[in-house]
Amino acid sequence: MNRLTFKLEKRLTPSPVMVFIIPLISVLLALLLGGIFLVLTGENPLDVYSLMFVDSLGSKYGLTETMVKAIPLMLTSLGVSLAFKMKLWNIGAEGQLYMGAMAASWLPLTMPSLPAYIMLPGMLILGMIAGGLWALLTAIPRAIWKVNEIITTLMLNYVAILWVDYLVYGPWKDPNGSNFPISASFSEAARLPGLGDSRIHAGLFFALGLAVLLAVVFKYSRWGYSINVIGSSERAARYAGMNIKRNILLVMFLSGAISGMAGMAEVSGIIGKLQHGISPGYGYTAIIVAWLSKLNPVAILIVSVLFGALQVGGYAVQVEGIPAAVATMLQGAILFFVLGGEIFTNYRLKLIRQKGEELSK
Amino acid sequence: MNQSLIQLRGIVKKFPGVLANDNVDLDINPGEIHAILGENGSGKSTLMSVLAGLYKPDAGKILVNGAEEKFRSPRDAIVCGIGMVHQHFKLVEPFTVAENITLGEKGNSFFLSNKELKARINELGKKYGLEINLNAKVWQLSVGEKQRVEIVRMLYRGSKVLILDEPTAVLTPQEANELFENLRRMASAGCAVVLITHKLNEVEAIADRVTVLRQGKFAGVLERDQINAKEMVRLMVGRAVASKYDRDSSPVGGVVLQLDKVNALNDMGLPCLREMSLCVREGEILGLAGVSGNGQREMAEVISGLRRVESGKILLNDRNISNLSPRTIIDLGVAYVPEDRLGMGLVPDLNALENLILKKYHQPEFSGRWLLKSQAVERNAETLVKQYQVKISSLHQSVKVLSGGNLQKLLLAREISSSPKLMVVIYPARGLDIGATESVHKLLLELKKRKTAILLISEDLDEIFKLADRVGVVFDGKLTGDFPVEQADLEEVGLLMTGSCSARERVNENEPAHI
Repeated sequence: MNRLTFKLEKRLTPSPVMVFIIPLISVLLALLLGGIFLVLTGENPLDVYSLMFVDSLGSKYGLTETMVKAIPLMLTSLGVSLAFKMKLWNIGAEGQLYMGAMAASWLPLTMPSLPAYIMLPGMLILGMIAGGLWALLTAIPRAIWKVNEIITTLMLNYVAILWVDYLVYGPWKDPNGSNFPISASFSEAARLPGLGDSRIHAGLFFALGLAVLLAVVFKYSRWGYSINVIGSSERAARYAGMNIKRNILLVMFLSGAISGMAGMAEVSGIIGKLQHGISPGYGYTAIIVAWLSKLNPVAILIVSVLFGALQVGGYAVQVEGIPAAVATMLQGAILFFVLGGEIFTNYRLKLIRQKGEELSK
Repeated sequence: MNQSLIQLRGIVKKFPGVLANDNVDLDINPGEIHAILGENGSGKSTLMSVLAGLYKPDAGKILVNGAEEKFRSPRDAIVCGIGMVHQHFKLVEPFTVAENITLGEKGNSFFLSNKELKARINELGKKYGLEINLNAKVWQLSVGEKQRVEIVRMLYRGSKVLILDEPTAVLTPQEANELFENLRRMASAGCAVVLITHKLNEVEAIADRVTVLRQGKFAGVLERDQINAKEMVRLMVGRAVASKYDRDSSPVGGVVLQLDKVNALNDMGLPCLREMSLCVREGEILGLAGVSGNGQREMAEVISGLRRVESGKILLNDRNISNLSPRTIIDLGVAYVPEDRLGMGLVPDLNALENLILKKYHQPEFSGRWLLKSQAVERNAETLVKQYQVKISSLHQSVKVLSGGNLQKLLLAREISSSPKLMVVIYPARGLDIGATESVHKLLLELKKRKTAILLISEDLDEIFKLADRVGVVFDGKLTGDFPVEQADLEEVGLLMTGSCSARERVNENEPAHI
């Protein structure tokens, strides 16, 4: 009588094969899990998925929309990944995006006649400074008194969103806007140029450029090296004479500034005005994207497109009466399976055949 | 035939990448003190953890009184009368001694009247000479007393076999002697005492029998009359080891480091250095002896700029360096090998290339204004790893997988290669095996030859007497003794470590080390 038992054995080095396979399997399992829910609600999952796929990646319009959603995801993910690299858990990208959008909007709303070559750089700089300062607000207590940045960055999100709401419902509301919570439209000079005549805007190049820059910083730069050391062991960094406080302030500021850039790109490239609800939670999804990409800037670009597609797919099925939350559910499920699957990159599953006589003892 | 109390047969225990125990046999008899001797990583702690029910062996049998037992948890082992006292005590600090002893006991002990309980413990204490104050809170006790509480706890639970994991590592020589007397009494009362150690003098002093392990395998067993240092080393290392080093006897130079009435606070904001004054000269090793926790770590941190100096001066070649930034002090030529190799001295998740430039990455040698010079970084690591004989499979592998000895070599390689004026090292050989200890010591002596001033902080008196030119003693944040090594006396230094003002005033040996 033989019996099989399982045993998990720790691997000495993480398996490189698993690093690639696990995200793939995780996506499949997430689709399966989502499928179960769809069946339970009386839908045919295959129909729903194919609709999602076709509408997000199967047409020129779908692809465009996917990219439109992917750009702010790319920017905010790159932003948080910089902070995550130093183990600063900045989950306030959403708020930093809003503050960036707000500050960027201020320029065209107060000085609408500025020429584009002053307007656009001005908006970009204002957006980045506002996002950066919003993040810096949490970095200062973190650096001085070790106040947990997870709580403070998260809470400031609500403040930022409500602040923008206050502006668009109040002082910045367009007097000719039939009482909608939107600001006046920006002048043409305040709009980021599009790719051809599509809705994909120049923000894409911000993201591509930043990804390359961050990849170089992480891998080859002196500053990237010190961020890496501080993130890995703060005590070792202090011992090596690195200035930890200054780096906390700097990294948090830059992390927020990149999210602020995302906010600027949204109002300038897509919406053309400031309004209520400019982000459907890009700043939160960014955390998932950055994590799934293992903080690799190039991977962030790819995963952002995938998550952009999921979002567009979600909107697409909404037309058919299926809640768009399908997309959110799939996002969550993918993260869940990837995190769970990480055990296989670090452990090896072993099958052990036990002989009957040994068992009986 | 006289049957052994405990028999281990063919114990195999695997960890990823390591065979910690490879088919090990062990017999333990009642009434004996049995030493388990081996270098670090030879598998002695693993073997004892198997016996104490902490690890499940991958193969092999445990026989207690001839009957096979399978331990699923330490509780099973305790039921069989096997108790282990770990190196790091498992006591609840805010609880009283009596509460700690009865903690985790099932049954009616919770309701047992205080009187009855105390009577039982006192009886045990009297039997073995282990006296403790049952009403004291554990945090008030000295290390030696805490250890006694652990031992009484095991005896109280009916342990017939008492396993002690490196029990003297935290004790002063006096406390260690007292412990040995107690163990002797227990053995003569019929208990079996198993002592895990890598110190030969302890085995010579107390063991009735010694089992030697080498690289996870059984290397040999020696009876009382066969025990001698030479034979044990041969079994442990597989070769002979130098017991003395050739020391460079050229005269020392001028004062490099001077501490002048330095006061500093510990992490809890309490004074840890009180008017500390000392000096180290060029080409001199000052060995600072002391039981850890008397301000040694804080002193090293104060010198390297990691802790604030509240008052007093620290002079490096006559320049006041107190409260300068760590980086400035590094750049002035102060190297520091901290006790916490992995996590402070080295970054666990980074590879050897990155770790070897930790303190110099910002200098023109390794980086420009923005980018690191990857070729220089690579060359640096290759040279150092080769020169210092660090055993490492890849320079790109994170260093956390390295053994203690190789970590220390890597750390020393980096610190020594900066050609420091002053080197501060704390417990450089702690946890290292004989071979690695020897190479670490030789590196320090080599550095001395190159005229570096070395402040060697250690608890290991052997190490200090082997290496130092001068011996200092630190107690409660003060320098309580300072002798040239030729005039230093082991006994006297040991007594000063416990805080007695002078060797002539014999302290009551039962008094706790910390006042």
